[in-house]
Amino acid sequence: MAETSFDLIVIGGGPGGYVAAIRAAQLGLKTAVVERAHLGGICLNWGCIPTKALLRTSEIYHYMTHAKDYGLSADKVGYDVKAVVERSRKVAGRLNGGVGMLLKKNKVTVVDGEGKLAGKGKVSVAKDGKAVGDYQARHIIVATGARPRALPGIEPDRKQIWTYFEAMVPEEMPKSLLVIGSGAIGIEFASFYRTMGAEVTVVEVVDQILPVEDAEIAAFAQKQFTRQGMKIMTGAKVTGVKKSAQTVTCTIEDAKGKTQEITVEKVISAVGVQGNIEGIGLEDLGVKTDRGTIVVDAVGRTNVDGIYAIGDVAGPPMLAHKAEHEGVICVEAIAGKHPHAMDKLKIPGCTYCHPQIASVGLTEKKAKEQGREVKIGRFPFVGNGKAIALGEDQGLVKTVFDAKTGELLGAHMVGAEVTELIQGFVVAMNLETTEEELMHTVFPHPTLSEMMHESVLDAHGRAIHI
Amino acid sequence: MPINILMPALSPTMTEGTLASWLKKEGDKVEIGDVIAEIETDKATMEVEAVEEGTLGKIVIAEGTEGVPVNDVIAILLEEGEDASALSQAAAPAKAPQPEKRESAAPAEKQAAPAAAPRGETASAPPPVKPAANTDVPPAQRADGERVFASPLARRMAAQNELDLGQISGSGPHGRIVKSDIEAALEQGVVKAAPAEAKAPTEAPKPAAATAAGPNAREMADLLGMPYHTAKNSGMRKTIARRLLESKLTVPHFYLTVDCELDQLLDMRKQLNAKNEKAGIKLSVNDLIIKAAAVALKRVPAANAAWTEQEMIIYDRVDISVAVATDEGLITPIIKDADRKGLGAISAEMKDLAGRAREGKLKPEEYQGGTFSISNLGMFGIKDFAAIINPPQGCILAVGAGEKRAVIKDDAVAIATVMSVTLSVDHRVVDGAVGAQYLQAFKALIEDPLSMMI
Repeated sequence: MAETSFDLIVIGGGPGGYVAAIRAAQLGLKTAVVERAHLGGICLNWGCIPTKALLRTSEIYHYMTHAKDYGLSADKVGYDVKAVVERSRKVAGRLNGGVGMLLKKNKVTVVDGEGKLAGKGKVSVAKDGKAVGDYQARHIIVATGARPRALPGIEPDRKQIWTYFEAMVPEEMPKSLLVIGSGAIGIEFASFYRTMGAEVTVVEVVDQILPVEDAEIAAFAQKQFTRQGMKIMTGAKVTGVKKSAQTVTCTIEDAKGKTQEITVEKVISAVGVQGNIEGIGLEDLGVKTDRGTIVVDAVGRTNVDGIYAIGDVAGPPMLAHKAEHEGVICVEAIAGKHPHAMDKLKIPGCTYCHPQIASVGLTEKKAKEQGREVKIGRFPFVGNGKAIALGEDQGLVKTVFDAKTGELLGAHMVGAEVTELIQGFVVAMNLETTEEELMHTVFPHPTLSEMMHESVLDAHGRAIHI
Repeated sequence: MPINILMPALSPTMTEGTLASWLKKEGDKVEIGDVIAEIETDKATMEVEAVEEGTLGKIVIAEGTEGVPVNDVIAILLEEGEDASALSQAAAPAKAPQPEKRESAAPAEKQAAPAAAPRGETASAPPPVKPAANTDVPPAQRADGERVFASPLARRMAAQNELDLGQISGSGPHGRIVKSDIEAALEQGVVKAAPAEAKAPTEAPKPAAATAAGPNAREMADLLGMPYHTAKNSGMRKTIARRLLESKLTVPHFYLTVDCELDQLLDMRKQLNAKNEKAGIKLSVNDLIIKAAAVALKRVPAANAAWTEQEMIIYDRVDISVAVATDEGLITPIIKDADRKGLGAISAEMKDLAGRAREGKLKPEEYQGGTFSISNLGMFGIKDFAAIINPPQGCILAVGAGEKRAVIKDDAVAIATVMSVTLSVDHRVVDGAVGAQYLQAFKALIEDPLSMMI
């Protein structure tokens, strides 16, 4: 008879759930994870990781088609969609196995099936409609994640109108594609398909792409995408779709109410995600939810004693790294430690399109809206030796400082490898450095990171290389 | 030349103080030795005497100003024949004589210089650029000289708002002071006495603060609508809070209790007081306890010790800190060399010190130092209690009330006046056996009080 009684049960084995389980095991809690599909969740199997594999392919493809720029010759450059997708799946599979091993190593019990709260301290698990078993734990963390949201009238049929699931495993390369939504998911797919040669149109309802990013960075990125041949319509919405055998005709209305029709092979609906709060027994226990997510306090406690929630299901920003961190904080609080609450302003965000976008903290606009006097620093990639050597001279590093205290309020970057650079600013913000420490920091030469230094210097009128 | 009167350092560890009051007005004549102002530190109020004569030309720091750094100009003295027009001369170098600040600014400039000047061109090097306003924030220290860990942002915000980092407790990793601590301190400083009704309980409590830093009394009172008013934390209150918290958290205390029969000691006191009535000497029981505690330390010197990471400090002299309650809080004036002093001297000294302690007029050297502490709550009828060690000392003796108790003598119940004392001991420096030997010696002296006269 398998064990059914635990200190902690985590429902959902995504990045929030499995990390929480491992941390719990480290702290000596007897822990189980209930996962209905794949360990690692959407992130590892259908999100962050497999898309990075696809984008790596498109990046290399881009370099191969631009080999001449580097003095190389590459004839007959082409690709095999099947092999591209296969690689992406293999990457996901390898990591999925890795999570299983980590859980095993930490002696976390994995229960295969769909978990549901069956009362205080009780979880019942079923697989394909058949009961797997009932489990007990004093603490239960709900980490059920999120799923794609759908616009009414444009519900994905998974054949012609895709969600990210289908967009990740194309059987063949569509000739034309319309992406609804220009958040991180929409823009990454738009960038991948455009680089691989598809005609791509992006429709965004608000007046800038990448709506959460700094307006200046978004405008810079939009210019690059347009230069690559992407068609971008902001302040516009898809009001209807007409499907025929091979194509979809989308009606698009712009801000002035003018409509036009665009016919494409496939549509990707990337209008955001919504929390998985249904059918897991939250209502019966009286767990409070608000606009599709579970209401929690700073350490993930819900209004019901012994029930916690972390990750996407506990509210935005819906990012894997936020889920992981919430998982750790929640478990430490359960174990009687006194973790520091997460500062959501200091959670970085990365988008892996070409060029990449990375940011942390307040945008210039938000900082000003808060009534702060700000100092803004900018440094363009054209002024950086390493960027020019890489052949990646289009980009911008922008920093936002509080003029009075010198606090680094935000950093926003667009350009090559900025997703790997942003962490420098994140560490700085978490250590509460002011411009002085950043100026005194030695940045290695020649690197792209020198632009971070220069941007800080520029905010204070001291940039050297511009 | 007008003379700058600087904020004096009243003790080696003092970094700032409150200018409590001016006893002279602008225009008043000042003779050497005249008391011109009163300064309040975290422990006491001190008088500032004039060291030069002249006329008080200008008061730079108004009375009631808190946190005045040591060596800041507080007033300007005009020499004979000078008038107010000479003041502008003195005002300019006002901030110059600050050796501490200059030291801390120098390394920063040294760092900046090589960056600005190419090698070998130091002669023509331009002056280093100051990055921004207020960057010369001196490294903060606690009153005891310990380094304060604070984020750079917290440091700058504290400097901009003239907050003393040493008085702020940090909520960041390893107690580091972070931005939110400064914001909280500013908020608390601004809020004087918030009426309880102001913040009615709302539907969503603030779990973030409650879980991160433990329940805060004010938040909870606000939340539950508990009526209250507030009283400002005085410098002394903050010092007590900080030092005793530090002691309780970092010193491994253990406690030993022993009962002492007082009858002989009370008899002896009666006789001595009767004999010395004319001389105006009236010994208290506490005076005798101070003497006994001191002589016992001489007999068990291992208990007259303090812990440091490098080595143990065994004091060669017995200086007894005696806890005195004042309206402001607790202070411990010291009877130095107590084992060698006569009872009359101890008694007179104690009266003087306790009196001045209550007026807040002790000099720093009168309450700083001490090798062993006594806290006596017997006069309140407390039977027995355990005191918190007064760091860096190794022991404190908590004295309870002398009361008639039934004791067994020769297998029969008898009545004796008994006093319980509890020794709190820092186990790092004094072990149980040494503590016990000390109490044995103490008990023997109390129960055979003539032996302490030897």
